[in-house]
Amino acid sequence: MAEKTYLQAITDGLRQEMRRDERVFVLGEDVGVFGGAFKVTDGLQEEFGSWRVIDMPISETAIVGGATGAALMGLRPVAELQFSDFVSCAWDHLVTVAAKQHYRAGTAVPIVVRLPSGGGFSGGPFHSQNPESLCAHIPGLKVVCPATPADAKGLLASAIADPNPVLFFEHKYLYRRVRGDVPDERYLTPFGKARIHRSGDEITVVTWGAMVYTAEAAADTVAKEGISVEILDLRTLIPWDRETVLESARRTSKVLVLHEDTRTGGFGAEIAATVAEEAFEHLDGPVQRIAAPDTPVPYSPQLEHAFIPQLDDVVAGLRALAAY
Amino acid sequence: MAVREAEPVGSLQEAQDAGLDRGGLLGIYRNMLIARAIEERGHALYKQGKIVGSFYTGRGNEAAAVGVATAMGRDDVGTPLQRDMGVHVTRGIEPWRIFAQYLGRVDGPTRGRDGNMHLGDEQVGLHTMVSHLPAMLPVAVGMALAFRIREERRVAVAWCGEGAAARGDAHEGMNLAGVRRLPVVFVINNNQWAYSTPTYLGYAVERLAERAAAYGFDGVVVDGTDVLAVHREARLAIEKARGGGGPTLIESVTLRMEGHAVHDDASYVPREMFEAWAQRDPLHRFQHWLREHASLTEADEDAIAAGVAALLEEALTRAEASPLPDPATLLDGVFALEAADQP
Repeated sequence: MAEKTYLQAITDGLRQEMRRDERVFVLGEDVGVFGGAFKVTDGLQEEFGSWRVIDMPISETAIVGGATGAALMGLRPVAELQFSDFVSCAWDHLVTVAAKQHYRAGTAVPIVVRLPSGGGFSGGPFHSQNPESLCAHIPGLKVVCPATPADAKGLLASAIADPNPVLFFEHKYLYRRVRGDVPDERYLTPFGKARIHRSGDEITVVTWGAMVYTAEAAADTVAKEGISVEILDLRTLIPWDRETVLESARRTSKVLVLHEDTRTGGFGAEIAATVAEEAFEHLDGPVQRIAAPDTPVPYSPQLEHAFIPQLDDVVAGLRALAAY
Repeated sequence: MAVREAEPVGSLQEAQDAGLDRGGLLGIYRNMLIARAIEERGHALYKQGKIVGSFYTGRGNEAAAVGVATAMGRDDVGTPLQRDMGVHVTRGIEPWRIFAQYLGRVDGPTRGRDGNMHLGDEQVGLHTMVSHLPAMLPVAVGMALAFRIREERRVAVAWCGEGAAARGDAHEGMNLAGVRRLPVVFVINNNQWAYSTPTYLGYAVERLAERAAAYGFDGVVVDGTDVLAVHREARLAIEKARGGGGPTLIESVTLRMEGHAVHDDASYVPREMFEAWAQRDPLHRFQHWLREHASLTEADEDAIAAGVAALLEEALTRAEASPLPDPATLLDGVFALEAADQP
């Protein structure tokens, strides 16, 4: 056990997987000699060589399509798209080929696509997005959004072991800001099992990724007012842990869904609808959503601050829900 | 920019030099006949309403498909497209399973989950196409990447039409293959019509094979109605790739002898064009060649034709006996469930 950053946990986890399974290889832009735009793959090419840590041309289609072909031949590719925003360039290969391959042809596509995502540092419209709900809508894709260093490592190991295409959203804001204890040994954090980040009994907050920490700060704030908040970190959106969310919703009777992705059609809508369908009679207030507004992610800090859900927004939402 | 234009194969000796004995030559002829007959039979079934959705044929492309597939090694892989029935036949997907696919039955390679020519079988190294052409081209490049990583002497064959060659997938796949000198052969079936779009509205170069130079490898143009020429060029390219010599782009020129799909009467194709290319029908060309160079007799021809007819009759009967999918299985297989095999 050692304390590591979220980024270091991913790097170490990836190295551990590559050491134990020679089928695992990395491909992406600038991942080799340079060690990746965020240095997640730093040092891996030195250890594993240039045919297991492969610097690719600027070709997201060929990166994901190539990963799919290599996976069909029995390898375990871990592709890096430099920013999750660029998933649009590889969209056809995720949606058309990888996602549908097993259903149609019966052949598994065990690929992991790592997607550095999220805003908070003026990355602007093309380096800040959270396209997880787009991906979650496609049958055949799994969607993973770790919030802690330990989960980042354990979920990455599960993603590599999974026989399906897995989109692994790494929140860039967390890379170097979040630290936590990470076991040295290999472990698999299961998909579809939420983590109870904080226990409480009046309001359930369902969230994932960097918003876990915004929710935590908001829960601290309203705790001083006597409001007890439970925070569920979903960890994975596909599959998502309906049982834990519904159990918590029935117990607390109030649910707030929080995400950094934009509001309309965001994954929060799916959670809210499910809670309304399955736990309606237990609710003492409307299911609330706090999400980014339906705009591109703006560049100027003042605008981006207004775009990304902030502590005050969540505190206000919790107070309003508590008042029901 | 000049690219090499492949010569026709003239003599039996040349065919033998390319690894084909008389049995192999007759096998090619038979596979071409089977490919055409499956599609003719399928078209009839479609008109009878037994095949739903749409129906595509590769009439005119039999030589191109069978020629390339015959040149592939047992452990090679490929991603054939909707005009490449001859590839499936040659690699050994049994006709009854192809009919079962057409009919949406559980014994088709996609078990009723996909239709028409969207079929493959990883046991014979063929991976199912998608409609978003040529999305399987970079996938085949990825297969070649796997062979390179593991240092296996295997080759991937990526098919593409001249129409889909305009898409970015073709560029990214070919560029990567050139950069890494991957063991992949690109086959562009240039049948001159992308649905209703003629070549001059699809690309501005004289020959699509010229593009190979831009990716740092060789291109060659071959008459796609000459099965032996296609076979020889595919064999050269595949063995070059296998030996570490990198990719080749083969442009195989044919005419799509029917509509884009069977609903399409192809009235936009000049009649003279059809008439001219009908004179170069790949089956007839090869039949004449075999008569002239490999002593194919009428008795041989009759025996082969009768064998094909019997094969397809039996295949269709077997396919029609295959069950329709149970709607209760609708949700099955969205995700692969088996635990990943661990090292």
